Amino acid sequence: MDLRATDLSLSYDGDRIVEGLDLEIPSGDITVIVGPNACGKSTLLRGLARLMRPDAGLVTLGERDIHSINSKQLATWVGLLPQQPIAPEGITVADLVGRGRYPHQGLFGQWTAADEAAVTHALTVTDTLDLSVRRVEELSGGQRQRVWIAMALAQDTDILLLDEPTTFLDVAHQIEVLDLLHELNATRGTTVVMVLHDLNLAARYADHIVVMAGGSIVTSGEPRAVITAETVTSAFGLECVVIEDPLYGSPLVVPRGRFHPAG
Amino acid sequence: MSASIVRDTRLAKRRRELMVCAVLAAIALALALLGLVVGAYTVALPDLLATLVGQGSAKDNFIVLQLRLPRVTIAIVVGIAFALSGALFQALFSNPLASPDIIGITTGASSAAVAAILILGLSGLTVSLFAFVGALAVATAIYLLSSSGGASSYRFVLVGIAFAFLLHGVLGYLLTRADVRDAQGALVWLVGSLSGTRWVDIAVAGAGVAVLLPVVALLAPRLRVLQLGDSSASGLGVRVAPVRLGLLTVAVALAAVGTAAVGPIAFVAFVCGPIARRLLRTGGTGLVASALVGVVLVLGSDFAAQHLLGDTQVPVGIITGAVGAPYLLWLLARANRTRGDS
Repeated sequence: MDLRATDLSLSYDGDRIVEGLDLEIPSGDITVIVGPNACGKSTLLRGLARLMRPDAGLVTLGERDIHSINSKQLATWVGLLPQQPIAPEGITVADLVGRGRYPHQGLFGQWTAADEAAVTHALTVTDTLDLSVRRVEELSGGQRQRVWIAMALAQDTDILLLDEPTTFLDVAHQIEVLDLLHELNATRGTTVVMVLHDLNLAARYADHIVVMAGGSIVTSGEPRAVITAETVTSAFGLECVVIEDPLYGSPLVVPRGRFHPAG
Repeated sequence: MSASIVRDTRLAKRRRELMVCAVLAAIALALALLGLVVGAYTVALPDLLATLVGQGSAKDNFIVLQLRLPRVTIAIVVGIAFALSGALFQALFSNPLASPDIIGITTGASSAAVAAILILGLSGLTVSLFAFVGALAVATAIYLLSSSGGASSYRFVLVGIAFAFLLHGVLGYLLTRADVRDAQGALVWLVGSLSGTRWVDIAVAGAGVAVLLPVVALLAPRLRVLQLGDSSASGLGVRVAPVRLGLLTVAVALAAVGTAAVGPIAFVAFVCGPIARRLLRTGGTGLVASALVGVVLVLGSDFAAQHLLGDTQVPVGIITGAVGAPYLLWLLARANRTRGDS
């Protein structure tokens, strides 16, 4: 099912953040949205997740306006991991991941064998099954993020939207989370759309990169074509050199600042 | 083998919830019996049971069915109403201070009731109707004033506290300009009291709670999802704005029903949810446990109010205030150590 934005404009409190944007999310790929702070990338993601009503234009899923789809039905197709989800105090990992089953449950939230299987699978895939009985607040940042991803997986959607899933994580945990998302994409064919800050990790993991600035798309496409010194300079206002990642061959951005080592 | 850990965790959580609720229910039952048996005239337990099934002596019938049972029954009804209202408010705003007795909603009910008594010269159920409408009006005003330009929990609480102060001022003004005897009758609307409850009050409050409880049950699964934050809840298919408004309306109505029946019993709405969640420690909404804590708290406080101070009887609201105020201080003292949600 294709997720697509057509001539999309989004505002917060009357301030236009995203302006007349067209975007097609390639099915079965990893799409990464990058751009400077306040360029509208998180807002775009929220628009794609139906958290905001567009001022103009529309977001469609398989030719249907997402605002015309029943919200519980939509939640079985498109999942969202926001930047700072809240874990209720004292909740266990298994319980939290189980709440991802909400869109699949009946009126009173009855628990079924299918829910149990989906939760077990999500915990297994994210390597958090051993943490099931632990309370979420006791976990490390990396473990916690894996648990949130497990919750999104338990939701069992074709498309998964993630807003900066690696923020607040150290570099090892960033890699761990991105590897996990890559595996999901490779093994289950889940379409992944995420906002990332780190251009080099974006270039490594993305099939498709969208560079935004000032509420519009500067350029988009395959990382090697998109991440160039000119693009980075024009979108971020940063002088840089782009070389080849020695491990993966993806573009590697080496920033140039005013820094001059003494001596 | 390892797959069953998910089921085990879920069953362990349910066992814990059932155990906590069973213990609370047992305490509530014991307190209810105590309230029926103990007093200036002690009714023996066998006589009490006989009276309850309609086989009592005339004296027992009068003391149990006319004096004590109404009091115990209304304690149960308003305990549930206040506790659920507070727990819903606190869950909706992820803020323990967002409780109807802190943010002026019960004070709104009191002000309207006192105005009805002192200015309009009304009495009886009409006053309760004024209290009910007063609570709804204040809640609507807070909601409208705090939701312009993006509602935040913080703002809602601050606007509510401002309303609470304003309405306390109104109450004070009404009382000072009133005739002493009228003011005496209006005092119950300052600190809630269960004395003088009639069966008609119980029927009205009971009917209100009976209508609202199924709505709470229907919305509870959505509240569980809302606890994860508005964005997550929306991503999971909950229509956040209407569900929030629905839950808020039910919470306000519960507080209004309780206050209309017995006046604003201080801090019951405020403390029950946090106590229940602390007992459970399961990260659930803890609504059932909160309601039971409410019943235990009101029954226990009313027993204390009647018997623990020798011959002086005080309104139940004084006891709950004495319990709740230290808790508020403790909460404020540790507030800067907990994360803030808005």
